[in-house]
Amino acid sequence: MISQFFVLSQRGDNIVFRDYRGDVQKGSAEIFFRKVKFWKDDGEEEAPPVFNVDGVNYFHVKVVGLLFVATTRVNMSPSLVLELLQRIARVIKDYLGILNEDSIRKNFVLVYELLDEVIDFGYVQTTSTEVLKSYVFNEPIVIDAARLQPLNPASMFMQGTKRMPGTAVTKSVVANDPGGRKREEIFVDIIEKISVTFSSSGYILTSEIDGTIQMKSYLSGNPEIRLALNEDLAIGTSGGRATYDYRSSSGSGSVILDDCNFHESVRLDSFDIDRTLSLVPPDGEFPVMNYRMTQEFKPPFRINTLIEEAGSLRAEVILKISAEFPSNITANTIIVQMPLPKYTARATFELEAGAVGQTTDFKESTKRLEWGLKKISGGSEHTLRAKLTFSQELHGNITKEAGPVSLTFTIPMYNVSKLQVKYLQIAKKSSSYNPYRWVRYVTQANSYVARI
Amino acid sequence: MAPPAQSSRYPSPSQPSGKGEVSDLRLQLRQLAGSRAPGVDDSKRELFKKVISYMTIGIDVSSLFGEMVMCSVTPDIVLKKMCYLYVGNYAKVNPDLALLTINFLQRDCKDQDPIIRGLALRSLSSLRVANLVEYLVGPLGSGLKDNNAYVRTVAVMGAVKLYHISASTCIDADFPATLKHLMLNDSDSQVVVNCLFALQEIWNSESSKSEEATREKEGLISKPFIYYLLNRLREFNEWGQCLVLELVAKYVPSDTNENFDIMNLLEDRLQHANGAVVLATIKVFLQLTLSMADVHQEVYERIKAPLLTLVSSGSPEQSYAVLSHLHLLVMRAPYIFASDYKHFYCQYNEPSYVKKLKLEMLTAVANESNTYEIVTELCEYAANVDVPIARESIRAVGKIALQQYDVNAIVDRLLQFLEMEKDYVTAEALVLVKDLLRKYPQWSHDCIAVVGNISSKNVQEPKAKAALIWMLGEYAQDMDDAPYILESLVENWEEDAPEVRLHLLTAIMKCFFRRPPETQKALGIALAAGVADFHQDVHDRALFYYRLLQYDVSSAERVVNPPKQAVSVFADTQSNEIKDRIFDEFNSLSVVYQKPSYMFTDKDHRGPFEFSDEIGNLAVGVESEHEVPATSVDANETSDLLLSTTEKEETRAMVANGSDYTAPLYDSSTRALPSQGQSELAITNLLGTSDPGPQASMAIDDLLMGLDLTAPPAPASAPPSLKLNARAALDAGSFQRKWRELPVAIYQECELSSQGAAALTSAQALLQHMQGNSIQCIASGGQSPNFKFFFFAQKAEEPSVFLVECKINTSTAKAQLNIKAEDQSTSHGFSALFQSALSRFGTS
Repeated sequence: MISQFFVLSQRGDNIVFRDYRGDVQKGSAEIFFRKVKFWKDDGEEEAPPVFNVDGVNYFHVKVVGLLFVATTRVNMSPSLVLELLQRIARVIKDYLGILNEDSIRKNFVLVYELLDEVIDFGYVQTTSTEVLKSYVFNEPIVIDAARLQPLNPASMFMQGTKRMPGTAVTKSVVANDPGGRKREEIFVDIIEKISVTFSSSGYILTSEIDGTIQMKSYLSGNPEIRLALNEDLAIGTSGGRATYDYRSSSGSGSVILDDCNFHESVRLDSFDIDRTLSLVPPDGEFPVMNYRMTQEFKPPFRINTLIEEAGSLRAEVILKISAEFPSNITANTIIVQMPLPKYTARATFELEAGAVGQTTDFKESTKRLEWGLKKISGGSEHTLRAKLTFSQELHGNITKEAGPVSLTFTIPMYNVSKLQVKYLQIAKKSSSYNPYRWVRYVTQANSYVARI
Repeated sequence: MAPPAQSSRYPSPSQPSGKGEVSDLRLQLRQLAGSRAPGVDDSKRELFKKVISYMTIGIDVSSLFGEMVMCSVTPDIVLKKMCYLYVGNYAKVNPDLALLTINFLQRDCKDQDPIIRGLALRSLSSLRVANLVEYLVGPLGSGLKDNNAYVRTVAVMGAVKLYHISASTCIDADFPATLKHLMLNDSDSQVVVNCLFALQEIWNSESSKSEEATREKEGLISKPFIYYLLNRLREFNEWGQCLVLELVAKYVPSDTNENFDIMNLLEDRLQHANGAVVLATIKVFLQLTLSMADVHQEVYERIKAPLLTLVSSGSPEQSYAVLSHLHLLVMRAPYIFASDYKHFYCQYNEPSYVKKLKLEMLTAVANESNTYEIVTELCEYAANVDVPIARESIRAVGKIALQQYDVNAIVDRLLQFLEMEKDYVTAEALVLVKDLLRKYPQWSHDCIAVVGNISSKNVQEPKAKAALIWMLGEYAQDMDDAPYILESLVENWEEDAPEVRLHLLTAIMKCFFRRPPETQKALGIALAAGVADFHQDVHDRALFYYRLLQYDVSSAERVVNPPKQAVSVFADTQSNEIKDRIFDEFNSLSVVYQKPSYMFTDKDHRGPFEFSDEIGNLAVGVESEHEVPATSVDANETSDLLLSTTEKEETRAMVANGSDYTAPLYDSSTRALPSQGQSELAITNLLGTSDPGPQASMAIDDLLMGLDLTAPPAPASAPPSLKLNARAALDAGSFQRKWRELPVAIYQECELSSQGAAALTSAQALLQHMQGNSIQCIASGGQSPNFKFFFFAQKAEEPSVFLVECKINTSTAKAQLNIKAEDQSTSHGFSALFQSALSRFGTS
């Protein structure tokens, strides 16, 4: 059972504090914040999500820079509590449209209302936005979304293609559109996070795709939905279940998932036959399906690094990045990072002629090179030359002192796994009922690393 | 709600300090209290919000209690809710004022709107004021019967709240029985779940006082109830499912078919997107298959993919919780995960607590086929910018080397580390090379050549410096300038850590024995510095060496530098006992902390599921009359199933010789009820063979049961005659409970007759004999020569019982007794009786 729940700002202020059992001292938020803040002093990098101080267990998750914390004296399931914290954050976001310090402060009474129904006397009651609707009466005070655009995770869908309605993903499930009418619409997002490690010779050491089909429904009356995936989708390449080895057929275009899991509401009656999922989507945002894939795929970017020593106090680094995806696709907000030798004193950069929207930086404190590119379109190549000056003479191999090169990026309307939503069918209430349907794809880098 | 009071000590500009604002608010509230003007509710809302926001940031607004209550007479539900929140927060510190709220809360409990009824009932039961409970019983009673499910769910929680304010009021109102009825019959799943939460909490705390509650508590893991829950599982929301699954993991099916039925039923829960549901399901699977080695292994194969999926989906925090569990399983059965090693590669952007777990997993799964790749990967991390992880990686490489796979190549890499010229890399590598040499002295030649090139000036960390010095001493004859390096180190005596100074003394001694003329000078300086040292250990060691040398140099050499044997295995830091405990507490914090729960929680807070663990400490013996005999099985096999292969073989062997230590052996369809209890006996057993058993096993008991062995027996004159009930009965649960509650009355050692010792070939023989003396056995274990028994006996005229823990070593014919008695005054009489019965064993 949970003793307390609280939300702290980055500075450690209480934004919300709810005590359910009265068996943990009132100063717990301060104890917690101190512990997290000074964790580094004990030689560790950052506080783990769960720790124990004087018999009190503190669980926390970080969401949009806020700390969502629960305390208990009991030996609980850590997964349960962390999952719950994440879920509470999501419910609040469903209600407020945008989750941040400002929106919680403006709506804290509503948040208390939610917390009262989500947990009673330390026991979880429900985290379903749908169910909670009937017990919560405060109207959300919606904060101005436009102002926050660049920070909003949803913004990744909006760059590049202008087809997405910008307000949709930041809309509260309970608030009405101006004019009092609720727009009937549903969003299905296929979000893939990819991890690739290239060896120094450019060979792929490991690769993995972690994908989620995320849904956010604003449909009234809870109609049933059918979601059809690739017909040749196969699940399971290893492990204890009865599966066949499809590996031999890879390359023929079939999608093979290592494993996947589904949201509570998903029914798999016909999944084995025609790969369709049926569900009655609850209100709010939720993952329909999570999947994992280690089948080989074509990495969207290749990175070439060349280091040339020029005398004992100088070296030149040449970074080349090539986009290996179709030319009608554009990747956004690419950041290339590379740790340089500790004794690097200065770095000067030389971009290719006519470069637009590119930035370079040498982070003095962390000795890190940073190269930002606003956009890269498919099939193109970009190069950066960096001249390094060292404060002490080089000895040994410079490649042992620098690298690896890491990349972060977002590629809207593209997914590497080739998993697709073939169609999204909504059970019709009447012939005129035709809600908006948005199916969106995006690929993001999770850990994209090239060793040198 | 009230945040830390301290926070108001540092008011930031956005956080007013209070006083003025509060009195301002009071005025405004008063104005609005009586007003019926239109729009007054909106103004009230604004005011209430202000009050609550002050409350949140830690300003004491309890002085507004009266005004808040006055304003709360309103049909506006939003206002009502804010008022409830306020009242719930301050009632406890203002019990008198809380009385003011009773009236309107009670009236709201009868409102037409079920939501208002529910909310009012929740507030009423959250007041936490002891002298107001009389007002609570009525509304709670009708709330439990309400036709609206929301009100019932609130009322059920209200009943537990009442129990915490006044347990007797809750029991007297017969709420537990009402809850039980609801739990078994209510159509609403949340009501059922809440009843289960509530009853677990109530019965758990009542069971120390009442037999009935103990029975009820055990009823929660009975077959009918578990099946009832399993049949309704789909109705419960994910959190309710977690609760049910946690309970199912404690259930012991009576035959194998049942095991498979349950597993088939729960199979699809492994595909749930909620990690907590999946982990709870996995716990059920692991527990159900403990006694079925093959299936258990299949379970590992089956859960691999879902676990890996959970690790890679969700937030970093969630994936850490799952990863900790995966880590536990990998450590138990590394060979099953050997082919999945790539999943344990670190990603550059992972937090270090995740990387650490992964490094340990990589170390564990290394075997002949993957060592090369794993070590290559680890070497990449060693050059990493993240220094703590680089260090850990080097240590991991060293650990793999010590596991004996492909040592050759690894030694090369370690030596390359030494040449990298990064101080922390050198430091870690030195420590490893030292460990490696202790295990594989044959590599000394290669290593020493490289180590000899390291300048001791570049090594600063005490551990590394100590390692270097150890090698200088140990291989003084192979390193030409060893005496001179040591000598230069002695010159900086003051600057080094005590650890280094200790090593320096020993190393110089060793060097001296081999190359006396070159070392003599350094030795003299070192001994002088050592004897003058302020550090006690350094001082003592120097003085000791000095006197030893004075006495006889060759004796000194035998003492300080005897021929050494290579170390074959370095001691594991955690005992198997502890590891098993953690495994039994799967899906809890124990796994994340890598500690069993008794190490980080106090007794009252072990969680609602603790009770069956308690039963679990004891194997139920065959002699206990009303128990199904099938519950006693050789647990060695089950609980140690997933130790490393070599350990497993050992354990198997033990089972083979020791199979007669439990009652008849049953086929694998019967499962060890409480595996950990048995493993306790099994471990006692294992220790007993290598070690003079009793102390070791006592240490374990001590740990497990918190026995206070040091309590001296209270001297009391034994009553002349003590009659025992020949048909005493006690179930394992009560035994366990009593054993825990009672202090040790008498600790005694006694002797068996030589015939008795000879006759004790199996535990069985003694049980019958003791039964003939009205002393019943409830659990037994062990194998020749060490046996362990738990006995109990009951007085003939009254229910007072005696409990005995008896450890017998047949080779020495000695027995150790721990006697506990409910009636302390007769404990000595009983002790005498017990000993005489024991001494007659084998002679009659």
